[in-house]
Amino acid sequence: MNYFELFDLVPAFDIDTANLAERYRDLQRAVHPDKFAHASEQQKLLSVQRTAQVNDGYQTLKSPLRRAEHMLSLRGIDLSHETTTIRDSGFLMQQMEWREMLEDINDAAEPQDAVDALYDSFASYEKSLFTLLSQLLITAAEDDNKQAADQIRKLKFMAKLNDELARIEDALLD
Amino acid sequence: MAYSEKVIDHYENPRNVGSFDKNDPSVVTGMVGAPACGDVMKLQLKIGANGIIEDAKFKTYGCGSAIASSSLVTEWVKGKTVEEAASIKNADIAEELALPPVKIHCSILAEDAIKAAIEEYKSKQSK
Repeated sequence: MNYFELFDLVPAFDIDTANLAERYRDLQRAVHPDKFAHASEQQKLLSVQRTAQVNDGYQTLKSPLRRAEHMLSLRGIDLSHETTTIRDSGFLMQQMEWREMLEDINDAAEPQDAVDALYDSFASYEKSLFTLLSQLLITAAEDDNKQAADQIRKLKFMAKLNDELARIEDALLD
Repeated sequence: MAYSEKVIDHYENPRNVGSFDKNDPSVVTGMVGAPACGDVMKLQLKIGANGIIEDAKFKTYGCGSAIASSSLVTEWVKGKTVEEAASIKNADIAEELALPPVKIHCSILAEDAIKAAIEEYKSKQSK
């Protein structure tokens, strides 16, 4: 399923998200099961399937990380089911260090300051990864696709870190 | 999802957690990560002049299965030669811990951590 086609968008990493949201609303209305209340069983079923596709497509294209992953899958590189491991030791060292810092948050004198500082560090690193990723995805060259896949893998680690940090922050507020 | 008793045992009482002094010339480090779940694993081996693994330590950030897999391999590699350790397969780890199919990648991570550490050992040897 090509979600860019579904939403009638040019397949690109940099998309107009307001435009995407607008098309989502239009599509959702057009395929909504309520419109098919008096239609045949087959049309009802189709409407339910289309609605699910439209929702999946919107969630995929809305998230920059999932959008990039979708672009690569359209180019024949499937990252969602891979079980490969990465060995970039510099990157992994940094991940370990950040995980250790997450563990230390609760012992900090000002835990919220520690949380905010980590959010900033994560955001600035993610920004640099996304900048590179967006450039790599412009061409569909094999080598650029491979490098784009590496950025996506790194961003998945960052997503995990952000989830953990959000969880710790929630616990602080309790 | 239910963890097996062996996974729970390793998770609750992980063996050989920690780090060696990385400046110790007999210590090699394998760092690996799994993008699918964001798990990070560090395995360190202390290898004697005879090529026998004298000690092992790990540090893993991940799910129970990832922690159990790395804890288990630190026990398995001790006393083995580098070649014997290199022949440990993820299927052996998965079988021992009764990992369900969705957690097989945790055992792959542990196998790859051994390989990464041994690669560092071999590149050190050839210098």
